[in-house]
Amino acid sequence: MNNLALISEQRDFVVSSSSLKDVRNFSREVFEKVNIDQDLKDELVLAIAEAAQNIVKHAYQNEATDDKMEIKISLQNGELEIGFFDKGRPVDKGNVRHRKIDDVKPGGLGTFFIQQIMDAVVFKEGEKPWINHLILTKKINY
Amino acid sequence: MSYKVTEEGNISIVHLDGEIDMDVTEKAKEIIMPLIEAKKEVHLNLKEVQYMDSSGISVLIESHQKATEVGTKVILKDISKSVLKVIMMAKLEQILNLG
Repeated sequence: MNNLALISEQRDFVVSSSSLKDVRNFSREVFEKVNIDQDLKDELVLAIAEAAQNIVKHAYQNEATDDKMEIKISLQNGELEIGFFDKGRPVDKGNVRHRKIDDVKPGGLGTFFIQQIMDAVVFKEGEKPWINHLILTKKINY
Repeated sequence: MSYKVTEEGNISIVHLDGEIDMDVTEKAKEIIMPLIEAKKEVHLNLKEVQYMDSSGISVLIESHQKATEVGTKVILKDISKSVLKVIMMAKLEQILNLG
C-alpha cells in the first residue's frame, strides 16, 4: 500500500440525466490514477453514477434545471471518500431505502448498489450554498 | 446507445450497443416494448453493452414482467461481463432468462 498517495479532485455537472456519462468519465479518469483492480474501479464508477442519478431523480425529481451538482473524490491513506453536493430538495433520510432485494420490481436498485459497493453512506445537511451533502466512503488497498 | 433489430420468424433479436443508463432507458423501452406487446419472443443481445446501471436493469425487469403478462418471453443473450456482474449484484440471475 502506498500511504503517501493522495487524490483530491472535484468537478461540477449540470443536474441532468445527460450529465451521467460525464460523471462516469470523470470518475474513470480519477480511478485511472489509482492502482486498484478494474472490477473495483467499475463498481466505484457505478456507485458514483447511481448517487448522481439519485440527485437527478429525487432531489430534483427529473425537473429541468441549470443547477449544478458537485462531486469530489478524495483518497488518502486507504480511505476513499466521495462527496456529492446539490441544491435540490432536502433529502428525507427516512425515505432513503433500497427495495427488498427479493421483491422483483423496477426501481430502488440504485441505492442497493451503492450500499453493496461502499462501506458507508452518510447524508448531511449541506453547508451553504448546498442543500444536500452525501458522503460515500470505502477502505481500499492500492 | 445504438441498436439493431432483426427478425427470425416470431423471434425479434435486439442488439444493443454502448452504455445503458437513465438517459437512454426511454429509448430502450420504445424499442423493446412494442415487440413484446406484439407477442414476439425477444432476444436481447447484450454483447456490446459496456455499462448498465440500475435504470437499465429496470428495463430488463419491466421487459421480463411485460413478456410474462402477455405470454411470451425475453431472453438475454451474449451478456457482457460488466452487465452480468450488475445482474448478479441485483440478484436477478435466477429471475431473468439468461440464454
